Amino acid sequence: MPSVAYGRQLDAIFVLSMWNWFFKLGSPPHFYRIATRLEPWLMGGALVLLVIGAYGGLAMAPPDYLQGDGFRIIYVHVPSAFLSMFAYSVMAVASAIGLIWRMKLAFCVAAASAPAGAAFTFLALCTGAIWGEPIWGTWWAWDPRLTAELVLLFLFLGYMLLRQAMPETRQADRASGILAVVGVVNLPIIHYSVEWWNSIHQGPSLMKLETPSIDGDMLWPLLVMIVAYQLLFIGILFTSIRTQILLRERNTRWISDLLS
Amino acid sequence: MAEIIHMGGYGSYVWSAFGLTFVVLLATVWLTKRSLQQTRNRLTRRLRSASATEASS
Repeated sequence: MPSVAYGRQLDAIFVLSMWNWFFKLGSPPHFYRIATRLEPWLMGGALVLLVIGAYGGLAMAPPDYLQGDGFRIIYVHVPSAFLSMFAYSVMAVASAIGLIWRMKLAFCVAAASAPAGAAFTFLALCTGAIWGEPIWGTWWAWDPRLTAELVLLFLFLGYMLLRQAMPETRQADRASGILAVVGVVNLPIIHYSVEWWNSIHQGPSLMKLETPSIDGDMLWPLLVMIVAYQLLFIGILFTSIRTQILLRERNTRWISDLLS
Repeated sequence: MAEIIHMGGYGSYVWSAFGLTFVVLLATVWLTKRSLQQTRNRLTRRLRSASATEASS
């Protein structure tokens, strides 16, 4: 059948062009150009969605029947907590790719996600404390989930300190990469902590298989905020990756062409 | 308006959580951008001085 053969050819072309695209994306000059072009769109989109989400969360969502208006902290707490884990996943996966395939750009991605990840973790802990005071009656408790999130902050800080302590980039990449990969065991601990142990932290209301246990009017601003945080994270990540690329490729021809 | 500020008695908690988030996110974006700019400037200077010594020798 000619049509089947034709279809297979198209498949092959598609796979090859995807592979080619992926391969080109892995080349630092190409990625640098793409990141430069996308960055304003990511930051702009994040800003618009942050305003919409914050307005929806603060003014349009109805008050909670138990917590009243106090629950509104969810709109900054949950996105920060979610992104803290997302940033760590990016850091760990990129580190693993870098360690296995010795890909330079992967280590750029890993090193770039640490500062933003630390900022999100810090925010998750602080907004959690501000929420805990009126609702639980305490800023902090040595609760499984809270403790695991604090460990996440130390993992990000440890990763950055380790990189700073090593003068040679290749050595820093390998050592910090191993730390990032080993520390990934902390992610399932954070996620399942509220199910495995008795926790004062409430159970999941979004990240579960059944339908979310949260009203639609309360839900949409939260989803908008999460998407806004994602865009913001990718925007920060791209800027930071460009710094990493500049530092690592400083002796190449394309960098001197770019800067002159 | 007063209702939005008061937040049913939770005003100080809700607004400080949002304020802190705003400040930290803004600082992260600013520091990241500044770091890129500083790196660019440093490498550009290095490049200029390298080509200057090349030209003079």
